[in-house]
Amino acid sequence: MALAYSPGLKVKELTVIRKTRLLPLPGQILVKEGDSVSWNTQVATTKVPGDVQTIPASAVLTVEPEDLKMYMKKKEGDRVEKQEIVCMRSSFFGLSKAFCNSSIAGTLDLISETSGQITIKGDPIDIYLDAYIPGRVVKVIPEQGVEIETPAGYLQGIFGIGGEAHGQITVVSKSPADILSADEISSDGKGKVLIGGSSVTIQALNKAVEVGASGIVVGGIDGKALRQFLGYEIGVAITGQEQKGLTLIATEGFGKMPMSNGTFSLMKSFEGMEAALNGATQIRAGVLRPEVIVPKPQSSTTQSQSDERSTSIQKGMEPGMQVRIIRKPHFGAIGTVASLPIDLKRVSSESEVRVMEVKLTDGSIVSVPRANVEIIEE
Amino acid sequence: MNGNQTCNHEPSNQRAYQREVKILSKQTNDVEKINYILATDCGSTTSKARLFGKKNGQYRYLTSGEAPTTVEAPYENVTLGVSNAVREIEELTGRKLLSENGIITPAQGNEGVDLYVTTSSAGGGLQMMVAGVVRTMTAESAERAALGAGAIVMDVLSYHDERPVYEKIQRIRELRPDMIMIAGGVDGGSVSHVSEITELIAAAEPKARLGIGYELPVIYAGNVDVREHVSKVLGKKFVLKIVDNVRSELEAERVGPARDAVHELFMEHVMSHAPGYDKLMKWTPVPIMPTPAAEGTMFRTLAEMRNLNVIGVGLGGATTNVYSVYDTKFVRTVSANLGMSYSICNVMKQAGLPNILRWIPFDMNEDELCDTLRNKMIRPTTIPETLEELLVEHAVAREAIRLGFEHHKSHARSLRGVQRKRGVADVFDQGMGLESYINMKRINMIAGTGGLLSHAPRRVQAAMILIDAFQPEGVTRLAQDSVFMMPHLGVLSTIHKAAALEIFELDCLVRIGTCIAAKIEKDTEKLAQIDITMPDGKTRTEEILRGEIRVIPIPSGEEVEINIEPSKACDFGEGPGREVHTKTEGGEVGLILDGRGRPVVLPEDSGERAMMLLKWFTALNAYPAGSDKGGSQ
Repeated sequence: MALAYSPGLKVKELTVIRKTRLLPLPGQILVKEGDSVSWNTQVATTKVPGDVQTIPASAVLTVEPEDLKMYMKKKEGDRVEKQEIVCMRSSFFGLSKAFCNSSIAGTLDLISETSGQITIKGDPIDIYLDAYIPGRVVKVIPEQGVEIETPAGYLQGIFGIGGEAHGQITVVSKSPADILSADEISSDGKGKVLIGGSSVTIQALNKAVEVGASGIVVGGIDGKALRQFLGYEIGVAITGQEQKGLTLIATEGFGKMPMSNGTFSLMKSFEGMEAALNGATQIRAGVLRPEVIVPKPQSSTTQSQSDERSTSIQKGMEPGMQVRIIRKPHFGAIGTVASLPIDLKRVSSESEVRVMEVKLTDGSIVSVPRANVEIIEE
Repeated sequence: MNGNQTCNHEPSNQRAYQREVKILSKQTNDVEKINYILATDCGSTTSKARLFGKKNGQYRYLTSGEAPTTVEAPYENVTLGVSNAVREIEELTGRKLLSENGIITPAQGNEGVDLYVTTSSAGGGLQMMVAGVVRTMTAESAERAALGAGAIVMDVLSYHDERPVYEKIQRIRELRPDMIMIAGGVDGGSVSHVSEITELIAAAEPKARLGIGYELPVIYAGNVDVREHVSKVLGKKFVLKIVDNVRSELEAERVGPARDAVHELFMEHVMSHAPGYDKLMKWTPVPIMPTPAAEGTMFRTLAEMRNLNVIGVGLGGATTNVYSVYDTKFVRTVSANLGMSYSICNVMKQAGLPNILRWIPFDMNEDELCDTLRNKMIRPTTIPETLEELLVEHAVAREAIRLGFEHHKSHARSLRGVQRKRGVADVFDQGMGLESYINMKRINMIAGTGGLLSHAPRRVQAAMILIDAFQPEGVTRLAQDSVFMMPHLGVLSTIHKAAALEIFELDCLVRIGTCIAAKIEKDTEKLAQIDITMPDGKTRTEEILRGEIRVIPIPSGEEVEINIEPSKACDFGEGPGREVHTKTEGGEVGLILDGRGRPVVLPEDSGERAMMLLKWFTALNAYPAGSDKGGSQ
């Protein structure tokens, strides 16, 4: 089972980040290959469908659906303004009038002689896609989007909420084990990405929103606090659409979990630097993990994120590799792979599984199911 | 089934697949020459490979390999996970199976296999939106067709649902389904409502999750008189397929053509867009089947082979699939958001913490339980190492299956909208509360598959999970998929039925035993006396006492005759106080005499509850000693 392992989360001081920015519908690309962009440069635009209004016209006019066209003031494809009358029927020598008007401005899309319904499509809405990270446009995908590249520090979290945000990294907690509390957050936190320790309180979350912080990165998330913050319990780990005024990222998991020393040190080294972050998480049907990107445009490296990934996929797990244990009873412990026995081993639950022997930092060797470790990639 | 209803026994999906199969290898045309078969299942969490081969003239299971599924980023190529799983088999057997181009076929010497087949539920499976005119009639029939094809139904829209038009449109836009099915109106009936639903969908311009280049398939299975209008409204914007009406008349439901259309479109469109599947499709001459479709095929086969009423469950990481074959009627439901990893927090939400905690025999506060499940949700490929964590997952499994079965029973009902000498206008007044036709006393067998059940360290644990979740009544056999190979055998059966059945009987289906339980009308200490006549002719007499559960070991393969004399207030299947005489079989556990009554009620006090659970677990030797808060070794 050399290749049967869970990929670890990335924690990199410097790598090349390449982001693909895609429109939801075909549109127009506003930049060209080679252009330099900042995070808020609009790189593409498209139109998304506007509102739709359906009018039960034949019922309103009390006519048969197949006769509706006789009473139309507009035809399919015509422009329609808000409140404009689109069909009318007069009776009793004009004394009685029944009519339908449009509640939106748009285009008359369909007059149905089968259902008697009129469909009006509202004016399409322009949307713009920004670059999200500063860098260079390395590829244009016609009508769809662009790829942008930059050297950067990079951190992947395990779970997050909230979408794209930007701000300056500010380390608030003094150690990876500290809990980020409300009294540590002040108005200085406006627009900042606050780095905590093992957890964050509900009061701190609310205070961060109040002062206008962009985001919070901590080791663990208190599930109860998250439920209070969101107003509901998360059922599946598909997030990123929350409009709570804050992007929140956990690096370790749920519960009080000290941020790993390596991650905390890295965040400290990024203090004062601008970051792009995204709390969007999707564990199923296209895995996304939340991320923090700290662009370093003046740095150079030939090591790219995608190269590393494909290398690690091919290499698999080998003795000597550094791993982190991601399930009890040694959750969070870091060690190196000592050996990879092929035979199944019985663990304390009595399950017979493939294990690896891991040498922990204190020198002890523990046997861990292979499914319960993640590789720490250098 | 009511006398004035017809419910066609729909042809299995095997027919659609048989039409589609293009045998590329000359050897696979001659099934007798097949010696080695490799089958994989790409699950939402894990890709599982199974090697089968001929031994002494019989097809047998040989060995397995498993690896995380790699359809997701950063891999986005399902063949990587499949290769990793197959490589495990290579390591274990010393048989080379992989080449640069995929699976080596045919088998030659110590290399390759003669046939490779695969199933998939990776990437979330087939996600569909269904629309109809009346929620409880045509929309429900369309939903059954979609579920029957192994799809996950994300939402059901109907003309009469309470949502205003703009909400329906917003919902259609948000959903991003892989496929849409529209039904509505009997043939020759009203055209306006189904036309409006169609126009609504066209106006919403739904986009699939599979990207800009993907053309969304839409299946129309409604009133034939609206076909022309549907083509006009949808034909240019979608890949439109028109099939027979699922309810051409109110009294009859015919979901087969719609279900076959889902399969065809799934293969042609959905699968070909999923990352790496275009490559995987080239590795096998047999169409890739959705996992629930393949699983269902084997449950159905089991019921047909043994002429039994069977309930089956596939408990997966993302979904819980429940199957019933009851009086030959086959129903399949996929509970899309109930599973043991990705959607474990949904189980928590829907069941509620008290319902999960009630099955845990030690003190655990709600916050601790929540965080445990949330951490499993975000690290879905991890497995329980400690006994404590195993017990927690088994508690969740009970609730996931229970909820999945509730969902299933809501579909396993008589047709709604069927009238006896009443007009169509009365349809909307018909009561909504029609019970499921499934009577637990008439269920002959309950069988389980899926990672958690198959990998339970002791078979009795799977037995207890099935019993506690389904709460069978009367005399009910229990069976288990030994190492999770039912989907593999399901897809294999489409090309080599004999091999699939042989492996199923010899290696797949583990007989766990028989559960004997009563519905208790009035509390009494002694529920019944049972006389068990063993194969050697000796008779053994036992009692079933209130509140107790215990095992009489009867080995697998041994059939016994049992005579149950219940107390007056207890019903073991023939009515309160009525004697039951039947034959049944033993298994790896044996006869489980369950005196806990139905429903099983646990004390509210956590301490008393823990004691009771421990008493039951001990009686069945379900967990290692010290199952209170077992530590790790």
